[in-house]
Amino acid sequence: MIVNRNTISELAKQHKRLDGRTLTEYRQPIAISTSISWTAEGSAKVQIGNTVVMAGVKMAIEKPYNDTSEEGGIMVNAELLPLSSAEYESGPPSKKAIELARVIDRGIREAKAINMKKLCIKPGEKAWFVTIDIITINDAGNLFDAAGLAALAALKSAKFPVVDPETWAIDYKAKTDVPLPLIKEPLPVTLYKINGALLVDPTAEEEQAFDARLTIASDEKGTVSALQKGGEEPLTLVEISQMIDIALEKAKFLRNELNKALR
Amino acid sequence: MVYKKRLDGRAIDELRPMEAKAGVIPNAAGSAYFKIGKTMCYAAVYGPRELFPKFLQNPEKGLLRCHYSMMPFSGSGERIRPGNNRRAQEISMVMTSALEPVVDLTAFPNAVVDIFVDLPQTDAGTRCAAISAAAIALADAGIPMKDMISSVAVGQVDGLVVADLMYDEEAYEGIVSDIPVAVMHNTKEITLLQMDGEISKADLMKALELAAQVTEKVYEVQKKALKEKFTSD
Repeated sequence: MIVNRNTISELAKQHKRLDGRTLTEYRQPIAISTSISWTAEGSAKVQIGNTVVMAGVKMAIEKPYNDTSEEGGIMVNAELLPLSSAEYESGPPSKKAIELARVIDRGIREAKAINMKKLCIKPGEKAWFVTIDIITINDAGNLFDAAGLAALAALKSAKFPVVDPETWAIDYKAKTDVPLPLIKEPLPVTLYKINGALLVDPTAEEEQAFDARLTIASDEKGTVSALQKGGEEPLTLVEISQMIDIALEKAKFLRNELNKALR
Repeated sequence: MVYKKRLDGRAIDELRPMEAKAGVIPNAAGSAYFKIGKTMCYAAVYGPRELFPKFLQNPEKGLLRCHYSMMPFSGSGERIRPGNNRRAQEISMVMTSALEPVVDLTAFPNAVVDIFVDLPQTDAGTRCAAISAAAIALADAGIPMKDMISSVAVGQVDGLVVADLMYDEEAYEGIVSDIPVAVMHNTKEITLLQMDGEISKADLMKALELAAQVTEKVYEVQKKALKEKFTSD
């Protein structure tokens, strides 16, 4: 791994990568399928290269929060399954899992992607709460982008379950045709800085060699809805500007892949 | 009320459609995907690797450890809170003892072989599907095994002995028993046996004989998955 780390770093300086990709090229295949779980209200499986991630949407009726009594809510959770990598262990969510969940959450929440008011059934009493669970099946790098893509695909495929209008009991086995009130479609793209070079879609090995990273969530109009910087090294304003340019272009590419898959 | 025809029209010894694939998780030493009806699972084997904490290590042979888990969105009702619950812990335990009789870890003292099974969607028979998937993953990982384990539930629904109960049969009005069974392919010995419900001894023995027959169908699917993996490699 140490050898590869130095090699990856040296190659990056020459704008080359171990697997022969250009710096801004995603791995292949990119495969997106939706409705992969009949028990979820919405679900998706995303593959980017060897990285495989699932997302599932579950909905429940709960009492709205006091400060947003006319709105429903969303929650994002991520499970880095020990099934998906020798690095992961059973137990409470790691910092890495929490960061992943929160970054995906912010991308969706801050873009106001879901019309929270439309999730309200009865102000102050009943509203829909949407939980998105992100599950790793094989972590071969770039979980942020794969998870963001899976979360959006799952939200797009979700349908409300049938509700008894008198008891408010939910029949999870019967789905309506009503989709979630999704008004924007944010997607995260993560830029990695390795030895001065900026690249996308790192492999697990490249993730061991990065100096800094920046996740940029943006919607179809190019409005940025969430940022998250990671890594030990700082970023200059010039680098941040370049990273956002690449992220907006790559978000378009991923959005196109998603729309092709959903067609 | 008498249960004559199965809710989904299957014959009494007919299993739901199965799909299996070996080697679906590149990070793992061995892995499998197994689907029976609407119950779906992924299994991954990691190890043999060093076992921590060290006091668990056995200098005589390696330890086999199963970890069963339903994904939060895999239940037919509301979301399941992630994390280890009592049910998952018990299933992990009986899975381990269902697989142990065929696995030989004497070559790996102080080591552990971990099997993780996670289910994206379920419709009864999850522990059996998990065991069948785990057995494919173990073989795919090249862990020494003296036999194959195939698992399916049998049971009795309102007087009728049937194989591979789905959820609506388990929940059928009337007397129902659900008997998850795992069978060694060559010896036909039983390595998993649980039951809940009510059944007479005669029907129980009939159900277990049925189990020995129908696990063969699971075995064929497992074998095919492994053959496909190793001929395509």
